[in-house]
Amino acid sequence: MSARFVPVPTPETGTYWEKAAEGELWLPRCDSCGRAVFYPRSFCPHCHGDDLTWFRASGRGVVESFIINHNPAPGYEQDAPYVIALIMLEEGVRLTTNLLGVEQTPDAVRIGLPVEVVFEQRDGIALPQFRVITGDGASG
Amino acid sequence: MNRAAGSSPVIIAGAAESPQLGTVPGQSAMMLAVSSARLALRQTGLAWADVDGLASTLPVVDLASYVGIRPGWLDGTVVGGCSSMLHVRHAVAAIRSGAASVVVVAHGESGRSRVGMPPRAVDPASMAGQFEQPYGMSGTFSRFTLPVLAYLHTYGLSPDDLAEVPVAQSEWAAGNPRAYRDKPLDIHAVLSSRMIAWPFRVLECCPLTDGGGALVLMSARRAADLDLEHRPVTVLGSGESCEGPGASFMEDLTSFAGFREASARAFRESGLTQADIDHLMIYDAYAHVPLYGLEDLGFVGRGEAVPFLRSGATRPGGSLPMNTNGGGLLYTHTGMYGMFAIQEAVRQLRGDAFAAVPGVRTSFVQGIGGMFGAAGSLVLSNT
Repeated sequence: MSARFVPVPTPETGTYWEKAAEGELWLPRCDSCGRAVFYPRSFCPHCHGDDLTWFRASGRGVVESFIINHNPAPGYEQDAPYVIALIMLEEGVRLTTNLLGVEQTPDAVRIGLPVEVVFEQRDGIALPQFRVITGDGASG
Repeated sequence: MNRAAGSSPVIIAGAAESPQLGTVPGQSAMMLAVSSARLALRQTGLAWADVDGLASTLPVVDLASYVGIRPGWLDGTVVGGCSSMLHVRHAVAAIRSGAASVVVVAHGESGRSRVGMPPRAVDPASMAGQFEQPYGMSGTFSRFTLPVLAYLHTYGLSPDDLAEVPVAQSEWAAGNPRAYRDKPLDIHAVLSSRMIAWPFRVLECCPLTDGGGALVLMSARRAADLDLEHRPVTVLGSGESCEGPGASFMEDLTSFAGFREASARAFRESGLTQADIDHLMIYDAYAHVPLYGLEDLGFVGRGEAVPFLRSGATRPGGSLPMNTNGGGLLYTHTGMYGMFAIQEAVRQLRGDAFAAVPGVRTSFVQGIGGMFGAAGSLVLSNT
């Protein structure tokens, strides 16, 4: 199996990837307007405030949209077909993810499903991924 | 500024596609662009020596060198599939200001055979490379399609409703020897075609083809003493806009800001409204894009695109003929499809389209670039 795609951090995004390596999801938030910012930038795209401060995000959200990819990318050959989903985080920003802990079918995956962050180790990078929160594991 | 067109309308005086389209392994991307441009120029009676402006989806300096000219105005804007719409918009401004008098807009792409093309790659340090591509993206069919379920869910539509788009458009493409997919399609044929990225089947995704197209623009005043081969097509208005580096970065997954804002600019500039439009082209790399387009351009209300298609309004004989070459889904899609949408609008306005709509006076052409990234709109007229 070939290797999965590995992102390359940039100065704006370094903290995101450094915190992910510690098993935590962090996001920048604008000091002026208070909105979370994603993707990470060097200043606020909402109010154009100069200063952003990183904070630890809840890591929880809901499925907002998804597809099920039948043509695997390198490294995903064993997983096809697999879900690629958009997650709306409690903090109001959207992340792309695969979806763990759920059958990869149109019947099993639903818009609105609650999810929480986990981390996939991939060639020196910890990649935020989301898994479906099941009844017992739901932390509210 | 003595050559400035000023208030003289800017026209498309020449327009042609490459003689070969579809699978053309014997031609490079540059050859496909140049063969189109030579045909388009021939329609105007002008020669390369008369061309003082050049815009292209290919490296524009390379193209200028290839055809042996040193134009005084260059546009190498590449924002994805709608780049040709932006080239036209920019050319109109250049001609109005006097920065150029005769502009060739050329596109060539060996999307299928990959002859003379750079390798396809997503930069792993770009924002899409860091935050979308790592999640098993294997082609634009896995990135462009991401928002669609939110759209369908919001309006109580079924994933199978996407099939309405290629079915309606197949009535236009059927029998056209230049169309990559030239068979009539019914809902069953679309829904039983191979699954690519649920809910998208292969017939809801564009093919990848080889081809080219070119336009020659000038002021009506500059064309006055030329013996044009075809009826001129006037650019009444244009618009451009953008949103973000990937579909996941859209503000609203059910509506594309680029479509809304570029089209509003083009309508405003043209002085026309949706009711004045006889013919519509909406870029359709994937079946959901015309649904967003119909709504975001204001031709129907939110959530009304699927019922509108189902009513037959966009088919032959309908009130708003749309994607009358079969669209990118059926006619051709070299990777950047915009030039081919413009070509079809010009053919309809000239009256020489394969599936000609009687009495077309105005056409609205809407392009998209990237994955809900950029947008370019044109309002064209033959009067």
